[in-house]
Amino acid sequence: MKEERLRGLLIRGLVGDASAYHSFLSELTAHLRAFVRRRLVHLPEEVEDLVQELLLAIHNQRHTYDPAQPLTAWVQAIARYKLIDLLRRRSRTNGLHDPLDHDHDHLAAADGDAAEARYDLAKLLQQLPHRQRLPIQYVKIEGSSVADAAKRTGMSESAVKVGIHRGLKALAGRIRSIE
Amino acid sequence: MKTEDWVSMLATGVEAIDPTRTARRHLLAIGGGLAGALALTGGFLRLNPALSHVVLEPMFWIREAYCASLALLGFTAVTRWARPGIRLGFVPAGIGIVVMVMWIFAATVLLRAPAQNRSHLVFGTTAAVCPFLIALVAAPLFIAFVWVLRGLAPTRLRLAGAAAGFAAGSLGALVYSLHCPELAAPFLGTWYLLGMLIPTSLGAWLGPRLLRW
Repeated sequence: MKEERLRGLLIRGLVGDASAYHSFLSELTAHLRAFVRRRLVHLPEEVEDLVQELLLAIHNQRHTYDPAQPLTAWVQAIARYKLIDLLRRRSRTNGLHDPLDHDHDHLAAADGDAAEARYDLAKLLQQLPHRQRLPIQYVKIEGSSVADAAKRTGMSESAVKVGIHRGLKALAGRIRSIE
Repeated sequence: MKTEDWVSMLATGVEAIDPTRTARRHLLAIGGGLAGALALTGGFLRLNPALSHVVLEPMFWIREAYCASLALLGFTAVTRWARPGIRLGFVPAGIGIVVMVMWIFAATVLLRAPAQNRSHLVFGTTAAVCPFLIALVAAPLFIAFVWVLRGLAPTRLRLAGAAAGFAAGSLGALVYSLHCPELAAPFLGTWYLLGMLIPTSLGAWLGPRLLRW
């Protein structure tokens, strides 16, 4: 079981260790993909989109993880929520449905078959207001420091942080409304 | 876009999470919501003029304990349902027990009262407005709890909305009791509960719309 290792990485990520956090997300990706692929057997073209949507959701909601709680329960609740949300969106448009089976140990399975999602981050970013788009562009994509991004945008450092936070939440909203 | 690039984007420049952030959000919501509820009760409805000697009656404290224990349970439900993968635990049973105790108490009061007094014990003088006024006083609290949930990640939106409504309704009833002259157990078991259930139903109805993320 990878629960303990992933949990340790996330907890380090939550105190600002970016490389532990990177390992957490990339190791978790394979588990998420296995979870999603098993449930979207009839919608293979949706798998990678949902994996990326889940990664964004996990990132945006990481402050709701209680370190005393099993990581599997937290990840699984988010994954099931987003999966049901996706199926609802689809059933509204074309009536497709996949049964949801219960699975209490999805961290046990992994799927390393990397792929690409259909949405284009650059295009999604273009739709965000400047105060969100520029901080994400500079800090998250180009890797500048927050202080640097503040200088380049003329925003305060805390406005840059808020812009990133709100921008990533807005991005999740854009992805949700694509279907 | 490749998933590994997506992961890199998310992890780049990641900031530490302030572990007190959620608790502060809860406290701010309770503070703001309570201030709104007190302003409505004190400014719009007026405090019960007999309050200073009503507080000497045991029934006053039974009423406060009834509302406060339900509010505590409701608030616990909000904090639990705000996070993915946390179960409710004792909360539903706790609410059931508090309501049952009040109902048994109310039934005893009714059975021991002379027949001509029973109707007054149930309806008091304010039954027609009580549930609506509780819902009104609960409104700022309801907005505050929905705001808390919107900053967190409820995964069962209807139930989380109902929890926010119930927490607001029961805490609202506690504040409203500073205005309300009714102390009879049958009244509290009926109209107070109904007043709490108005925002609860509203929350269950609005939850999927307001809380999606």
